[in-house]
Amino acid sequence: MDKNRFFFQHYGLTEHDLERYLAAALSAGGEYADLYFEYLSSTSLMVDESMVKSASQGISAGCGVRVVVGERTGYAYTDDLSAERILHAARTAALIASGPSKTPVVGFQEKAARSLYPVTLPSVDAEITAKVELVMRGDASARAYDPRIKEVRASYSDELRNILVVGSDGTFAEDSQPLARMNVSCIAKTEGNSARGSSGGGGRVALDFFFGEKTPEYFAKEAARQAILQLDAREAPAGEMEVVLGPGWPGVLLHEAVGHGLEADFNRKQTSAFAGLIGKRVASEKCTVVDNGTMPWRRGSLNVDDEGQPTQNTVLIENGILKGYLSDKLSSRLMGMADTGNGRRESYEHIPMPRMTNTYMLAGQDDPEDIIRSVKHGVYAVNFGGGQVDITSGKFVFSASEAYLIENGHVTAPIKGATLIGNGPDVLTRVSMVGNDLKLDEGVGTCGKDGQAVPVGVGIPTLKVDRLTVGGTAKKDPGGFMQ
Amino acid sequence: MPQTQLETKNQELKTDLRDLAQDIVRRAMAGGATAAECVVREGDEFSTLVRLGQVETLKEAGSRSIGVRVFHGQRSASTYSSDFSRDALDRMLKSALELAKITSEDPFSGIPEPSQLGSLSGDLDLYFADVYSLPGEERINYARRAEKAALDYDPRIKNSEGGSFDAATGHKVLANSHGFVGEYRRSYCSVAAVPIAQSENGAMQRDYWFSVARNLGRLDSPEEVGKIAAQRTLRRLGGRKVKTAQVPIVLDPMVATSILGHIFEGINGDSVYRGASFLAGKLGEKIAGDHVTVIDDGTMVGGFGTSPFDGEGIPTRRTVVIEKGVLKSYLLNTYTAKKLGLQTTGNASRGLAGTPGIGPGNYFLQPGTKSPKEIIADIPEGLYVTEFLGHGANLVTGDYSRGASGLWISGGELTYPVEEITVAGNLKEMFFNISEIASDLEFRGAMACPTIRIDGLIVGGE
Repeated sequence: MDKNRFFFQHYGLTEHDLERYLAAALSAGGEYADLYFEYLSSTSLMVDESMVKSASQGISAGCGVRVVVGERTGYAYTDDLSAERILHAARTAALIASGPSKTPVVGFQEKAARSLYPVTLPSVDAEITAKVELVMRGDASARAYDPRIKEVRASYSDELRNILVVGSDGTFAEDSQPLARMNVSCIAKTEGNSARGSSGGGGRVALDFFFGEKTPEYFAKEAARQAILQLDAREAPAGEMEVVLGPGWPGVLLHEAVGHGLEADFNRKQTSAFAGLIGKRVASEKCTVVDNGTMPWRRGSLNVDDEGQPTQNTVLIENGILKGYLSDKLSSRLMGMADTGNGRRESYEHIPMPRMTNTYMLAGQDDPEDIIRSVKHGVYAVNFGGGQVDITSGKFVFSASEAYLIENGHVTAPIKGATLIGNGPDVLTRVSMVGNDLKLDEGVGTCGKDGQAVPVGVGIPTLKVDRLTVGGTAKKDPGGFMQ
Repeated sequence: MPQTQLETKNQELKTDLRDLAQDIVRRAMAGGATAAECVVREGDEFSTLVRLGQVETLKEAGSRSIGVRVFHGQRSASTYSSDFSRDALDRMLKSALELAKITSEDPFSGIPEPSQLGSLSGDLDLYFADVYSLPGEERINYARRAEKAALDYDPRIKNSEGGSFDAATGHKVLANSHGFVGEYRRSYCSVAAVPIAQSENGAMQRDYWFSVARNLGRLDSPEEVGKIAAQRTLRRLGGRKVKTAQVPIVLDPMVATSILGHIFEGINGDSVYRGASFLAGKLGEKIAGDHVTVIDDGTMVGGFGTSPFDGEGIPTRRTVVIEKGVLKSYLLNTYTAKKLGLQTTGNASRGLAGTPGIGPGNYFLQPGTKSPKEIIADIPEGLYVTEFLGHGANLVTGDYSRGASGLWISGGELTYPVEEITVAGNLKEMFFNISEIASDLEFRGAMACPTIRIDGLIVGGE
């Protein structure tokens, strides 16, 4: 155990203390207990009207104590890391059980973990002046793109989350998780017309990422391009039609349509439309979907999940057949399946549950241009806002923010933002072509579940869905859509 | 589970938060700030979820946090901490003072004028200790009873995501360098049920219902909550798509509130001064139908959006936002008011960090006289929307497109359930096309709206 031992150094914690807290947590007969220590420091900056109007920094630290007995979970937390307060929290959480005290852990075992984001200087500790430069450059670049760009907001935020997870099963895991993100949004205006555009990205990266790989100018130009494009967008069609999804961020389709429905807690409770479908066909044979928490530098990646389990690359759907669920400790124990390292939580105030990491579809064989050419009348959607799913009925939506008409095999006019709606368990069965151009998103995804937000990644190659309902406003068919 | 074991006391937080907030402001000024503001929050929460009769989670905790905003002339910055140790607070102050040197001079920045500051007097009925008065086993029983009522309601209710009971209290202190110091406490409790119904072909549907109140006495009975949750879930069974069509739609109060939320986004000072809303610059103009009157009132006794002062120490007030379709007032904080040459409406919201935002008081659409049933009775063919999915509203352009489910209206009556459809239009027209407003206004949060009818939208389906 030669790692930096953040909580041992800063709070004087010892292994003996941890054993004592776990013993208190199991004092009423709990079967399993864990402690999650978190120390989160963050910075954010925002430029509006070419002025740095807001700058903030902060610290939040605490410890969450969980006790499990059968399917029951007791949880308590404290933002005061004194022994007295942690013991109080442990005794509170303990009361979920009622029985004789169980023997707690003897000897923590630290598993060898990956190092997916080995930053030497976490961005949260970097010079603030460099971050000011980033947002100012973002602002200037968006304004320079086109005189019709009138309003620009550029923001930058980063954080460093130090965690320690210890469990009565011997789990002992530490991680130091950087996360940084830059965003530019702008509004284009002409006489009597306005439109918005936005772009952003980042990951578990150091500050130099934004000076090299993805600069403020990159995001600013993309945001400005979208806003200018939308000035001329026409009404989107309404009704069922062929839809081609561009590569990258449109992978939010997978996240909503199948990802949530494959989280083990919903399947253990039989509340998901995917419950009981393991081994069954849920997608066309061209579709292979994975959840991969092990990609270096990615926003959705983690060395260990928030239960101390190393993350992994989990095949969810292979050639159209449902292969597995995303699980955490509780679900894997109750369902008798492997823990896939997907137990995540927003903070020490929250109970962990199965969550996605980076969810994407593997590349196929089709040339993206052939995919477009195969569509007579349809929609080509390349950028999306967010999405939502009802995992029980399976209905999901996602909102296109940049889309075009496809007419006779050619991409033609840009159309206004429209919601696309479908049914999770069958949308992938309608995927008839899969491009050879897999791309992951830029690093902007935040997923919400039961009020808990966690960073995630998504990705797809260019995909053709034979039938999806598009929620446009066009009353008359501009190209033969409404029959 | 023995009742006594669940009777855990919530943490007693003994610091005098009022003194602490004032002390931080004094120290910021001593450190060179030209103005400063400090917010301290503490709170505790209890929640329990019972699923299929068994306790699934039990959560109990307390926490606190402190934030400071400092000014160097027209430059400002903010910092926060959850650690209240002397060292941590020193660091928080030091970094705020340093950070304020790198931000820009903004001629409109600053805290409110001393003459604007103040707090409503009298008891606003916001805090009731009774939300924690139930013994532990009783709290669990609230959750269990709500779920049981749903499960027992109909044999087609075959599963459940559970029944829940939650309670929370919060305490907030705000102090600034103009000598303002104010504090208030608020409490809340709620009971909810989320049943799942299954049809003969195996298709599942889920819905929910809840009751929320500032004190336990005003909470609906768990049985009532469970029954309504079951009814809402059952009526979704057998949902189908419909053909793409332009028909009148009726929005139930829960979904209608989201339309009112779009008006709020559109008239909040932050979108207005940036021109990020199609309602910017429309003060005094007609923006909605004649019978649309929208009020924001932060002073209503016992309201979910009530507080004695806003996030900057301005007393809350009642503001007529839209009167008979005419935009009468934006909703503003100090900064956006200055930008627009107007007076703040006392709608500043203050998180721990960053510049103050804008939040609603009790914000609602003035109800009409008809019942929802009468409104539906007028419609030969239409859609009654009970749920929206997704976030497809663009306040810059007014473009609106969302996923929806609900019930089809035929011959003036609700008939079969519909799902996997979209509803689309443009908010600019939608606000004018609110053709009916029902009488069923009920607050379940800071924003509330009665049942409304909107014409002219496109329902996208097959």
